[in-house]
Amino acid sequence: MNAPFSITRRNLLKTTGFVALSFAIPAELGFAQDGPKLPGDLKNNPMLGAWFRIGADGKATLLIGKVELGQGAVTAMKQVAADELGVNWDQLDVISGDTAQSPNEGTTAGSQSMPNGAVAVRQAAAEIREILYGLAAAKLGQPAESMKVEDGTITAADGSTVTYWELVDGLDLEREATGKATFRPPSDYKYIGQSITRLDIPAKMTGKPIFVQDMKPEGTLFGAVTRPPTYMAKLANVDLAAAESMPGVVAVVRNGSFLGVVAERWEQAQAAAAALNNSAQWEVEKVLPGHDGIHDWLQEKGEEKEIHKIERTEGGNPETVLEATFYRPYHMHGSIGTSAAVAQLDDSGVMNIWTHSQSVNPTRDAIAELLGVDAEKVRCIHTQGSGCYGHNMADDAAADAALLARAAPGKPVKLQYTRAQEHQWEPYGSAMAVKVKGGVDADGKVLDWEVDIWSTPHGTRPSGKAGNLLAGRYVDPPFEQPEPRDGGPPNYAAARNGIAPYDFAGHTVRTHFVTEMPVRVSSTRGLGAYANVVAIESFMDELANAAGVDPVEFRLRHLSDQRARDVITAAAAAFGWDNFEKQPHRGRGIGYARYKNYAALTAVAMEVEVTPRNGRVRVLRAVAANDSGHIVSPDGIKNQIEGGLIQSLSWTLKEEVKFDDTAVLSRDWASYPIITFSEVPPVEVVLIDRPGEPYLGTGEASQGPAGAALANAIFDAVGVRLRRVPFTPDRVKSAIDNKA
Amino acid sequence: MLSFKLNGQEVSVDAPGDATLLSVLNNDLDEYGAKFGCGLSQCGACTVLIDGDPVRSCQTSAQSAVGRSVTTLIGLMVDNQPSKLQQAFIDEQAAQCGYCLSGMIIVAQALLDRNPSPTESEIRSALNANLCRCGSHNRIVRAVIRASQEA
Repeated sequence: MNAPFSITRRNLLKTTGFVALSFAIPAELGFAQDGPKLPGDLKNNPMLGAWFRIGADGKATLLIGKVELGQGAVTAMKQVAADELGVNWDQLDVISGDTAQSPNEGTTAGSQSMPNGAVAVRQAAAEIREILYGLAAAKLGQPAESMKVEDGTITAADGSTVTYWELVDGLDLEREATGKATFRPPSDYKYIGQSITRLDIPAKMTGKPIFVQDMKPEGTLFGAVTRPPTYMAKLANVDLAAAESMPGVVAVVRNGSFLGVVAERWEQAQAAAAALNNSAQWEVEKVLPGHDGIHDWLQEKGEEKEIHKIERTEGGNPETVLEATFYRPYHMHGSIGTSAAVAQLDDSGVMNIWTHSQSVNPTRDAIAELLGVDAEKVRCIHTQGSGCYGHNMADDAAADAALLARAAPGKPVKLQYTRAQEHQWEPYGSAMAVKVKGGVDADGKVLDWEVDIWSTPHGTRPSGKAGNLLAGRYVDPPFEQPEPRDGGPPNYAAARNGIAPYDFAGHTVRTHFVTEMPVRVSSTRGLGAYANVVAIESFMDELANAAGVDPVEFRLRHLSDQRARDVITAAAAAFGWDNFEKQPHRGRGIGYARYKNYAALTAVAMEVEVTPRNGRVRVLRAVAANDSGHIVSPDGIKNQIEGGLIQSLSWTLKEEVKFDDTAVLSRDWASYPIITFSEVPPVEVVLIDRPGEPYLGTGEASQGPAGAALANAIFDAVGVRLRRVPFTPDRVKSAIDNKA
Repeated sequence: MLSFKLNGQEVSVDAPGDATLLSVLNNDLDEYGAKFGCGLSQCGACTVLIDGDPVRSCQTSAQSAVGRSVTTLIGLMVDNQPSKLQQAFIDEQAAQCGYCLSGMIIVAQALLDRNPSPTESEIRSALNANLCRCGSHNRIVRAVIRASQEA
């Protein structure tokens, strides 16, 4: 049953039939002084052999550092690779996210796999194809320029042929990419633009082990950890001996305030961890502001920084000036499968860790620091996990498993968190407050627009630092967590999408970034973009309403960018905006954003029904239009847009991490409910393809526009403006009652 | 020794009396067609069929399966190929991460077994206690409809 997983290092590195491998990939390789700039992740991994192997056995292998998170990136990157290399689907294997084999592509995040990963793959594939054409030219005595390839067989002008697999003897891929290559014409593509069955889906539908949670190598022991009752609690006393004497217990690990066990059976590990929990005495602090107090706490803090300023030079006094503040609570990633890892300290002293981390290389470095060993002594091998939607507990599970595996050398130790551990300890999406002030003139033109953004951090990924791992805080001596920084332009982090995409005469944006983290936070799908887009797009509606202009028309009046206009127009048309017949307690809303202000463009239109009696909001239908540049996988993009939209409805209608002055109170799906089948509306996705334009990435594009469309539709339905997420029935009813 | 039928085969396991069915499937029988999601019967990722009825294996004792027939996602396969229902899920690409799918497909199978032509509303109702975080709900519903139409 464990066939897909082979645990020994020797097996994993056994790569017979390949030539010219290039494993050594220095992090900082100087690249060519002249010649074209290398695209995307090829810049940091310029060796062609880092990306591809061509075997003598009729198989090529694509090596990528980007990993499959359920977002379909590996399949899409394989589509690009197969087309540009000129091999068929079955001739190309993929290895992704193995620190001992793959190029270092940092983190699989930020909707960057296509814009940075796929372009590197494409360039490397094209250059290798041209090298192969050169070898074929020498062998066949025909000009390289006239070569064509299909399914790995090169055909020369005179009709003579040779296969890639016959050419590997003379193939040297241990050379740097040049940045120069002629791409194949799109008419030769077999896979780009097609909705290919994702590589990982058949196994997932038939119960084959594919997740790290499904791993159980021969001789596996089970690990479990005991967490403190609060974030900063210190372990004063614990009865280790009692746990050590329990049935099946192999090791009990205490390191400072880090507590864990290794046992023969899963139940035994759970029981021993519970015993540790029962006997542990902690010094507990009471310092959290509580979920109801978090936004007051936030708005009293933060260093003010102006990040965008356009002085208005014309126009008179605005006819109407409005101001409103929007609030986002802490949101959970909320993976359905709790995070897990398998770690094994092998005979050569290398800690091998099978992990669903998004960032195998930086996490490897952080765990090496935690263990006090060189980075070469830790190997992280990406193995799929439950969807993460950002930095969840994957890296912590990898680190905890490694700490436990050190106590049982040679044995694979498997750790999977309990639901309460996942819920209470994951780094949430940051709480934010966004104040918007704007003025319109008598013609409905926005004259002044001011935004203030308060936020705790959005990035505490391991990034090579043990202090970013949960275990790093608790071991003795503890590792200090590096002070998180806000992201700068053009991506930003807290201020992502904080600069509105509209042509305003005056435009000011200020951030108030708070580095303190009363509640643990890190990257959650879209970072600050969700709250900023909900605020900006809600406020656009408020101004449109004040000006008496249709919300779609109001946006178009302030948008000169044609691609932006196209997605808004496409969403409105597919929704039937112009023919909408208003019924009592029903309403429509629209939201638009270009993710990061330079990536995928998405507009969402939505219809809701509100029941004033109980404040219940029912989303009746949603339509999204998206432009992600040149489309590689239409269904992959639709899946991401639709999934992001539905997840955003869940965030916006239902979700808020609750905590008191000591600890997180959202410990399971009852205390942190998410959207269910009966609440999910029909979703239509319209794609705008831009052949030849760059891949823009899609994963985080629909969250903000969906939340905004919902807020705007509620306003249209019942005339109340919800500015505090989530829009629970209580809050909606209270807003309706206050209006009446 | 616990003995029951797993996906049509008789199995016997030496497991502690308080072991859950999910733990025995995963940890003793290397059977991962059911997943650990919450351990609280809240999410449905661990759902299996016992004598045709869907149960949450994370809170079902392995003892209660003795002498009965347990079916996981793997047991739905026909001649080692995906069943019509599983193929419909593949054809609809009805997943992102797919972690919840083990439970979704089992619950859908139980629904189709008692109601071969469910309405969309009946499908949503049957699946309502199974959580999906990726937002694949509509694809999952379409897959069940497709399977019912192709059956």
